[in-house]
Amino acid sequence: MENLTVLVVDDEEELAFALAERLKLRGIDAEACTTSEQALRRIEDSVYDVAILDVKMPGMGGVCLMNRIREKRPSLQVILFSGHGSEQEREEGLGGGAFDYLVKPFDIEELVQTILTASGGSRKSS
Amino acid sequence: MIPDPGLRKPGELKLETGGKNRLAHGHHDERTMARETSQSYRQLLTYSVLLTALVSVVPLVLMTGANHRQYWQTMKSEMRQPIARLTSNARMSIEDFIEKHLAALTYLANDRSHDELCDQLRLATTLANLKESFHGFVDIGILDEQGRQSYYAGPYDVKNKDYSGHDWFREVCVKGQYVSDVFLGYRNLPHFIIAVKKSQAGGGRFQALRIIQTQTRFSGNLLERCPLEVPPYSTRTELVDSVDKTGKQLFLGYAYLNQTPFILMVLERQEDVMKNWFSLRNDSILLLVGSVAVLLVVILGGCSYFVNRIREADFSYRRALHNIQYTNKMASIGRLAAGVAHEINNPLAIINENAGLLKDIVSLKAAQPGGHDFVKIANAILKSVTRCKAITHRLLGFAKRMDTTTETIVLETLLREVLGFLGREAEHRNIQVNVTVDADLPQIESDRGQLQQVFLNIVTNAFAAVQDGGKIDISASSHDPGHVAIAISDNGHGISKENLEQIFEPFFTTKQEYGTGLGLSITYGIVQKLGGGIEVESTVGVGTRFTVILPLRNQKVAE
Repeated sequence: MENLTVLVVDDEEELAFALAERLKLRGIDAEACTTSEQALRRIEDSVYDVAILDVKMPGMGGVCLMNRIREKRPSLQVILFSGHGSEQEREEGLGGGAFDYLVKPFDIEELVQTILTASGGSRKSS
Repeated sequence: MIPDPGLRKPGELKLETGGKNRLAHGHHDERTMARETSQSYRQLLTYSVLLTALVSVVPLVLMTGANHRQYWQTMKSEMRQPIARLTSNARMSIEDFIEKHLAALTYLANDRSHDELCDQLRLATTLANLKESFHGFVDIGILDEQGRQSYYAGPYDVKNKDYSGHDWFREVCVKGQYVSDVFLGYRNLPHFIIAVKKSQAGGGRFQALRIIQTQTRFSGNLLERCPLEVPPYSTRTELVDSVDKTGKQLFLGYAYLNQTPFILMVLERQEDVMKNWFSLRNDSILLLVGSVAVLLVVILGGCSYFVNRIREADFSYRRALHNIQYTNKMASIGRLAAGVAHEINNPLAIINENAGLLKDIVSLKAAQPGGHDFVKIANAILKSVTRCKAITHRLLGFAKRMDTTTETIVLETLLREVLGFLGREAEHRNIQVNVTVDADLPQIESDRGQLQQVFLNIVTNAFAAVQDGGKIDISASSHDPGHVAIAISDNGHGISKENLEQIFEPFFTTKQEYGTGLGLSITYGIVQKLGGGIEVESTVGVGTRFTVILPLRNQKVAE
């Protein structure tokens, strides 16, 4: 878990950074950013095992960002999360290659478990 | 056919007032509408029947009445003519008869001398000749001026009888010739007299006697007073309607006979003459009554059929409208719920993560002064977040309209799975839960996940309704060849009639801040989607019974 790197992307700064901090407290090297553009730059500069993306963000949304990330880092696992939780959104995300789709607010231990599973390389079927 | 309100398909509603409240939801206010409008349909049926009967039966009756009247008048006119003819002919015959006999006597009186007339032998010969030439003569007599019958030829012993006190004798003395009324006289037989005065010296008189009256059919015995009123005088033959003493209608033809005191009256009972007419009238009345009866039956049947068709069409329309309104309402609420959930979930996630971070910092990092209090506060926040999360996730669940997937389900297994979620609470609150499933209950094809949600919602409500130590009975049995029924009964506080009417409405809850008011609404939506129905019976203070009726095969999914 020491080598596990995670990028948390959410336009809600308080959420993104709090989540990153909580992951860090659990031994995951997490970083946070609040826009898709920042996220793309970070991914170009650094290597991450898992990206946790909010689906609904101003400008480029989570699903679009995931597609852009895949172009640059095809092996990077993506976990989507959203406050909407609609079936259509879930199917769109999982169909686009996301490892999992979580509905806010979620349990941190559940997220950690999902990250560990995702980083292990086993993808959930959509 | 008028639909029997007692027969319900799954998904229809029945609400009974009184001690027990009962509601089968599907088309919530359909039955209410049915009750409200059934009076209108009865009124429509009544008006239709009356109007149709009016435009068909009344003209028929009027036409029959008019025909009856016209035919009656025609028949009557035709029947009167022969009577009038008969009266007229009889009048002519009788007047001719009187006139000939009078003329014969006058001729005798003028042609023969007094001595010739008083010759007894010749008088007998004269009578014989008169009888041969003019039928009707019975006898002949010759009276002197004092009214004594001096000479007589005939079968009676009336020679030398005194007629001076008789009306006819006085009349002939004055008038010269006279035809008398019918009387008994010395012969004690009904007869009348034709008398002629011979105006020669000696003053002899002829008399001729004739018995004329026979027994009558309608007008009493001989020489009795005629029971009919004397008709008004007329020089012509007349025909009028009259009534006999028994009140029966008569045709009366009459004529005043010239030179006599007689009135010729010809009577015919109308019922005899019009016998054919009365028979025809009875037939036509029978035909009319039969036709009207057939018409009324056809009208009643036809109108009932059409009004029922209209009612069925109206109900179908209302049901469709209701479904559309319900679907639209649910879709709107779904969109609203999703929006609300999304808007709340984001700040809720921030609270969750920051409270969680606070707790993490205190609990995962080195112990800090007052750390225990921080953890306690953070836990309180996280607990509230969890409650809010449960609500928003239920809202999202409401918004989700997932397509149903069909699989074969053993209901007992499914019910026990659902109860597994609540086993700990049942144990904790000492609630007795009994499950009874018919041994021959067939498996059904339906959506497992959605059925789990249905029964979880209902059983959760039952748990909320009962006191600690309460009882919940769940039974599954065949409802009819195509459906199974799963009943969940509790001995909880029950639901009032007012609440019962609203329990399936979205956002209706009696659980104050603990409920979203979506559980039963979702339950209803799912059951309907699965092609089933749901009924509720409840008595306040006694308990509630939900019955879910499910098809063995979900036709809606199959389609």
